[in-house]
Amino acid sequence: MAASPFLIGCATGFSGDRTDGAQAVVDSLAARGGGTLIFETLAERTLALAQLARNADPDSGYEPLLAELLAPVLANCLRHGIDIVGNFGAANPPTAARRIASLAREQNLPAPRIAVVHGDALASPEHRALLRERLGPALDDMDVVSANVYLGAGEIAAALRAGAQVVVAGRVADPSLTVGPALAHYGWAMDDWTRLGRATMAGHMLECGTQVTGGYFCVPGLKDIPDVHAAGYPIAEIDADGGFVVGKAGGTGGAVDARTVKEQLLYEVHDPARYLTPDVVADLSQASVQVIEPDRVAVHGIAGHARPDELKVNVCYRGGWLAEAEISYAGVQAEARARLAADIVQRRLGGALAMRTDLVGVLSILGDDGGTMLADRPAGHARDVRLRLAAEHADARTAERLLREVTALYTCGPAGGGGVRTSLRPRLNMVSCTIPRDAVRSGWTMMETTP
Amino acid sequence: MTSDSSTVRVPLYRLAHSRSGDKGDISNLSLIAWDPDCYAVLAQQVTEARVAEWFGYRRPVRVTRYLIPTLHAMNFVLEGVLDGGVNDALNLDTHGKSLSFHLLDLRVAVAPSLARRLPDVPGDALAPARAAPE
Repeated sequence: MAASPFLIGCATGFSGDRTDGAQAVVDSLAARGGGTLIFETLAERTLALAQLARNADPDSGYEPLLAELLAPVLANCLRHGIDIVGNFGAANPPTAARRIASLAREQNLPAPRIAVVHGDALASPEHRALLRERLGPALDDMDVVSANVYLGAGEIAAALRAGAQVVVAGRVADPSLTVGPALAHYGWAMDDWTRLGRATMAGHMLECGTQVTGGYFCVPGLKDIPDVHAAGYPIAEIDADGGFVVGKAGGTGGAVDARTVKEQLLYEVHDPARYLTPDVVADLSQASVQVIEPDRVAVHGIAGHARPDELKVNVCYRGGWLAEAEISYAGVQAEARARLAADIVQRRLGGALAMRTDLVGVLSILGDDGGTMLADRPAGHARDVRLRLAAEHADARTAERLLREVTALYTCGPAGGGGVRTSLRPRLNMVSCTIPRDAVRSGWTMMETTP
Repeated sequence: MTSDSSTVRVPLYRLAHSRSGDKGDISNLSLIAWDPDCYAVLAQQVTEARVAEWFGYRRPVRVTRYLIPTLHAMNFVLEGVLDGGVNDALNLDTHGKSLSFHLLDLRVAVAPSLARRLPDVPGDALAPARAAPE
């Protein structure tokens, strides 16, 4: 009989996900003999937002809901030997680690061994010069907020092998949160491309939380999922060869079936033969799925190829100001009045702002910013229409003109406009490049336990 | 494209499901057939050229189709369709999350015998009773 597989559960798929998913995952892992619990909380821009928070307050800059995520499960994880790995350190992993230590103290738990991964933030003058070389003179004009390289699974695996019970990382590739614990558990070689490729796709299945268990999937009448309001978070069973089965926490809603697994397999994939991560080039071009039993689906046919020579870097910088304003019309000629309102604002702004027009209730998100699709649509007779106008400008005062013109529609616009809402927000822009591996000084440290 | 009197035109949502993903200004749209028969229709008719035309209003720089027959699925990669992407677009849906459902409105020609066993959404604007001839 085959040895029991290694279990990894994932309790969040992004910063902003539900925070009550971990309990059921931990209960399932504990009942099945342990495993690892991971948290993915870093979308592309999340880290830049965290860096801005840290700039304002040196004690912040990590996942704001860290304590809320961990408090309900920390005791059970430590009791059952379930390691915790997350990129919830964001722009400040050391402080996040200290917060977890204090959380353990608050709960009168023995001090956990907490490791901190470092090296993803590229802030030194040498790194700046390297980014300048890769991104060109455009970098000189950017008000850079953050520059982070995607680390792989190596640091996480090493920290776990050294006995860490919690690993706090900032920017690591999402699948590496899974590959790291699997590497530590099975002791695979770092160039065992087939196993790394498989474990990477296991991580890819986990990294978006309920997107593989029925979340973000339902189409009533075409694709229905039971109790999706309580969809469980996913658990992968990874075998010694990297092969895996996708399941979910017991006693939860949602479903894992061939369709949910296929949708997540291809999510954010470009060439299926070349899914690039710092650890490996995973190849799902020959993938197949096998439903073993309800809510347990095996994925076969994953291959792996040698990892990329260089590592990906995201550079976030301050963008312009996004102005958005809305007003509603109802009843006879509502659509015509909304279109007239947009025309009035456009004429008032002249060429000062390039404006996007949406008619919520007619056409609001499928169209392009240039308005091609809306222009092609003949004016209709919709009777409940919300006009939304949006524009961006480097200068806040200029962007604000849109808001003032829409507000003025209250007395100067077409009849019966109501419910004006306006917002003006700074934007973050991003560019990406790659840098050589040997330019990255990554590592991990075990946090000293303070008595 | 194969379309003659012996076929009926049906929207893709009756044959397949789809999910959008985004990286920068690139959108990927999976298209996953319910079964091998549906997949055969997709492989023949939902070509790069057809999808590029369907999304033409977003002026794609390039459209690439990857076939994954073992999943009865294909993956479309549309470059330059997100008005710069999540940080730059003025769209409410800066990720292009809704684009998968635009793809699912594309119509293909299928044999009546296949159409009869496909799921349907009665009352939808593209449902058989109300579908306008093209």
